[in-house]
Parts: sequence; C-alpha cells; structure tokens
Amino acid sequence: MDIAVNTSHSKYHVNDKGYYGRFGGAYIPEMLYPNVEELKEQYLQIISEPAFQAEFDQLLTDYVGRPSPLFFAKRLSEKYKAKIYLKREDLNHTGAHKVNNTIGQILLAQRLGKKKIIAETGAGQHGVATATVCALMGLECVVYMGSIDIERQAPNVARMKMLGATVVPATSGSKTLKDATNEAIRHWINHPVDTHYIIGSVVGPHPYPDMVARFQSVVSEEMRKQLLEKTGNANPDYVIACVGGGSNAAGAFFHYLDEEAVKLVAVEAAGKGVNSGFSAATSQLGKMGIIHASKTLLMQTEDGQIVEPHSISAGLDYPGVGPLHAHLYETGRAQFLNATDDEALAAAYELSLLEGIIPALESAHALAKLKDLPLKPEDVVVVCLSGRGDKDLETYIKHLK
Amino acid sequence: MNRIDQLFSNKPKEILNIYCTAGFPALNDTLTIMETLQQSGVDMIELGMPFSDPLADGPVIQESSTRAIANGMRVSVLFEQLKGFRDRISLPVILMGYMNPVLQFGVENFCQKCAETGVDGIILPDLPMDEFETEYRPIFEKYDLHLIFLVTPETSEARIRKIDAVSTGFVYAVSSSSTTGKDKDMGDQQAYFARLKEMKLKNPVLIGFGIKDKQTFAAACANSNGAIIGSAFVKAIENSTNLQSSIQSFVQGIKG
Repeated sequence: MDIAVNTSHSKYHVNDKGYYGRFGGAYIPEMLYPNVEELKEQYLQIISEPAFQAEFDQLLTDYVGRPSPLFFAKRLSEKYKAKIYLKREDLNHTGAHKVNNTIGQILLAQRLGKKKIIAETGAGQHGVATATVCALMGLECVVYMGSIDIERQAPNVARMKMLGATVVPATSGSKTLKDATNEAIRHWINHPVDTHYIIGSVVGPHPYPDMVARFQSVVSEEMRKQLLEKTGNANPDYVIACVGGGSNAAGAFFHYLDEEAVKLVAVEAAGKGVNSGFSAATSQLGKMGIIHASKTLLMQTEDGQIVEPHSISAGLDYPGVGPLHAHLYETGRAQFLNATDDEALAAAYELSLLEGIIPALESAHALAKLKDLPLKPEDVVVVCLSGRGDKDLETYIKHLK
Repeated sequence: MNRIDQLFSNKPKEILNIYCTAGFPALNDTLTIMETLQQSGVDMIELGMPFSDPLADGPVIQESSTRAIANGMRVSVLFEQLKGFRDRISLPVILMGYMNPVLQFGVENFCQKCAETGVDGIILPDLPMDEFETEYRPIFEKYDLHLIFLVTPETSEARIRKIDAVSTGFVYAVSSSSTTGKDKDMGDQQAYFARLKEMKLKNPVLIGFGIKDKQTFAAACANSNGAIIGSAFVKAIENSTNLQSSIQSFVQGIKG
C-alpha cells in the first residue's frame, strides 16, 4: 500500500510544520508534548518500513477483507443519469472504514512499545474498530463514549464490551463525541507513558490528521486501480463522501487531491437545516478556532465557547472538521454541500430499495446529494459508502412509520 | 517593574498562588474573592477564564467553568469586572485560560485589555511555544505581560531549559502527569522537584496540580519558590454560604 507516499510537493497535504494552509498545528498542553512529539518524529519513518507495510497490507487483506469492492450501482445510475459507483467500505470487518485506521495505529502503537490503548467514539464504529484490533493484538482497551451516545448506540456498546474493552461514559459537557474526545485526551494526560491514543478521525493535533488520512488513503488507492480496470481511467469525475471529522472523505480524496480534474464533494450534516440551530454543517456555521488541539473551522459562540452540534447521525455530530477539510473548503478544492436528517433518511431508504444495500446514516448523507449535482450521463461518480446501516436500524424503523 | 517580578524579589519562597474561576460561584463574586484572598495573606491570584472544553482540567475546574459560563462569564465581561480593580487589589494577578476564547477576542486586543486593567501575566496551556515566539511575543512584551509556560515530570531537560528561556515571570511546574485536581502522591515527585531546583533556572518555579492542603503545600515549597492551589480552593467555595469566611479559613488552613 502507498501509505508512505511523499506528499511534500502538494499544496493540499500537510506541510512540514503540521499545517494545511492556515489550519492544523498542535495546540496541546505541555503534558501531551512528549507523546505527540514522539508520534510526530516517528510516524512517517515507522509507516515507511517494509515490515510495517507488509503487516498492514496482510491484515487489511486477510482480516478486514480488502480490497473493498467498487460496485457499479446500476439502478441508482439509471435514476440519477450518471455512472455511479459505490466504494463498499461497509463490507469491511466491523462494518465501516474506521478499521483501516485502527489497524494502522495499533501496529504503530506496538512499535512505540505502548501497552494500553484509549479511544473516543461517537456512534461506536470507531470504538468497535479499536476494541477489535486490541482484542486481536491482546492490548488493554478503554473507550470513552458520551453518556448520551451510550444510550442511543446500545448495540455498539455491547459489541465493545464483548470484545473486551472497557467503555467509560463521558459525563462532562454535552455528553457526546466532543466530550468523549476531551475525556480521552484527559486520560492520555494522566497516562502519558504506556498509553497510545487511537484517534478515530482526521482531527486532533498534528500528526494525527495526516496519519489517519494516510491509513485511510487505501480507499482512494484502491479506487484508482478499480476504476482503471472498470472504466479505463483511474480518475472519476466526482468523488462524494460525508464529512463529520472527515476520515472517510480524507481516505476517498487522498490520492485525488492533486488531480484537479476530479471534483471532490464533501457532504456535511445539516441536521434539521443549516440555520435551524440544530445542525453540524461546520463549514457553513463555523469560523477559525481551536478544537481538540487543532486549528480549524469550528462552530462556536462569539466568545469562543464550543457549540454543541446536531445531526441524526452520531458519527457526523461534531462541531469541528479535520484541518485538511477546512483547507479544502477554503481553497475551493472540494465543494462542500450538506444534507438534512430527512434527506439522509430518504437516501438510505432509496439505496436499500434500489440496490439492496442498507447504508449507515453517515454515508446516506453523501448519497443524498446525488440529486443536487449537475451530473451528465457520461460522468463517473464514486460515492464512498463508508459504513453499513445495521447500527442505525432502530432509527430507520422509527422513521419508516 | 511587573508585579510578579516585584513579588519574587521581595519574597523568594513559600509563595501561595490561589486559582479561582472567574464568575464562580456567582457571576459577580470575582472581585469579592480576589479582595478576600488579598486580606487573607495570599501572595498571587490566578483567575481562570472559563472555557467549554478545558482539556487540562479535571472535574472540579470543569464544573466551575461550566457554571461560570452559565452565569454569563466571558472574556469581555471579565475585563468589565476588572476595571478599576487596581484601586483595591495590589497582588499580582494572572489570567489562565485556553487559546480559543483569546483568539476570538483577538490576541492584541486581549493583551491591551490586560494592561489597561492591571493584569500581570497570562497562562495559556494550549499555546505552542513556537507560535508564541514567532507570532505573539512582541505583543506580550509591548504590554509588559508575562507569559508563563508549564513543565511536567516528562519534560526533557533540554526542553525545560528552552521553556525557561522563553517564559517570563515564573515557570509553572506541573507536579505530576495529570489534569488538575488529581490526588497523586507528592512523595514520588520530590526527585523531580529537586531536579528542577538543581537546574537553577532563570525564572522562579511555582508548583501546581494536586496541591490541596498544608502538607502538600509544604512539600511543594521545599524545592521551589511556592505553589499554586486550584481545585481544592474551588471545591472549598463552590457551595459556600459565606465566601469571606470560607476563603479565610481555607487560606489559614494552608498557611497555618
């Protein structure tokens, strides 16, 4: 895999100071400095080692089940009058793209000599993916999860526990993903020597956004090969992905960032509507700020207090966005759209009926924008189907009525 | 001369710095608390600017911040409250907070307001030292504000030297690898305190995190210029029905 590709020439990838344009950096308290510095100094070297890459590739193949298929969605294509492909990350072990990153980071943690793993989770997909690799490697695992999310994502909590992880409720602040991340960071401050923090998205202090993007870059690397095989051209016209923190989008965009002809479309969660007061459309509602040690676009009050977002999908319910995406937004390299809760639900029902695939609510946000793009019949469109909808069945059933 | 420097030149040891969250327990308690701290014989005051997501803080200061924000505290309100406080309070005063609210207020605007009201120093635990040096140092110097950086038991000697070189006022030594208000054994930390002392830094050193009573204060003072108490003080006043007497008895309990 090409996770160690040199990106230093690119104006979209991270620069040597840890910034994407004016976004990124590492706004960490001194207590975290040695850990973050250790990662920063070592991550590129470690992931460049042939032995690391061989182990990463083997686990992705034999354990995760990669490459994930690139599926030509015939009936969806007929409906939207374009050639629509689905990148089937939902078929990965554990049911989402999240595992690509946790495999990479657990191998990195082992090489750093760490004995314990912590993670944060919103919907529970990253928590499950982390608990899974910890079980695989025999490492202790603690997952922080907002107490509200614990209630609304009970099946994933049960999965984490069955996998041997300790799930700790985050009861501070708004008791959701943002606060779970705060608690994980605080845990790391209190256990700096033996613990590695597996962040689940392209957020957090440098080098996390770049490191997670690299582990997820396998998505676009496969897309290129698969498209070349199927269409004769490695580049599609559009790549569409949902964005909360933005890890599946980072993976789906990674190898296309410098291919300016490929239109990149990031879909945020509009919640009940961008201006409803219940939204998570950070690019529309946020301004430059610092969240979880990264300078990025951030939903906040005038006074700089972080605002609680809303989305029907717990995985997009985040008041910030990865610094890469803030940069893609500001430079115009990616087009930022948003889908409401209702649009996402409708898209999820539609995909289920047209293609026999029940998508995760997060991924349904990306599907929901097919109707709004000026697609031409010859356009090749790839939608990153980041996860499967099993975890969202309760919500789907509730809204079916 | 900055009041912080004055203090250390007059009293090089057993400095007692008390932290309280501005706007807590009630919005307008800030000045009352500061005045009572001065009357009680405290040497320095650290005022916390509440933030919704205080990463370096434990539950006690998180909770006080949440309450202070709900009370209506914000950076602009704090500067309103601090107008004219120098008529009543002569102790050095430090503002502690996180970068984002300061960034939104505007760093230069913030420093200017600090100077206008009579604030002496700032602690911003999530401001990277490099960024301070490349972007903000001239602003802090212009307004004669000290920026105080933290060191921890995990900080390498080379980095402690660098932090000492960049810091002014004093260096804030975090007693253990933790968030604020954790009970970690002070006995284990004496070697680290002693190592700091032997390094003979250019700045005075105050020890904070986990200092909560007479014993831990004395332990911290044995190898430093003094200590900072935060969570224990916030706890002592959070449900107080008589702020003055709660504060006086808390400080008495520390100083004996």
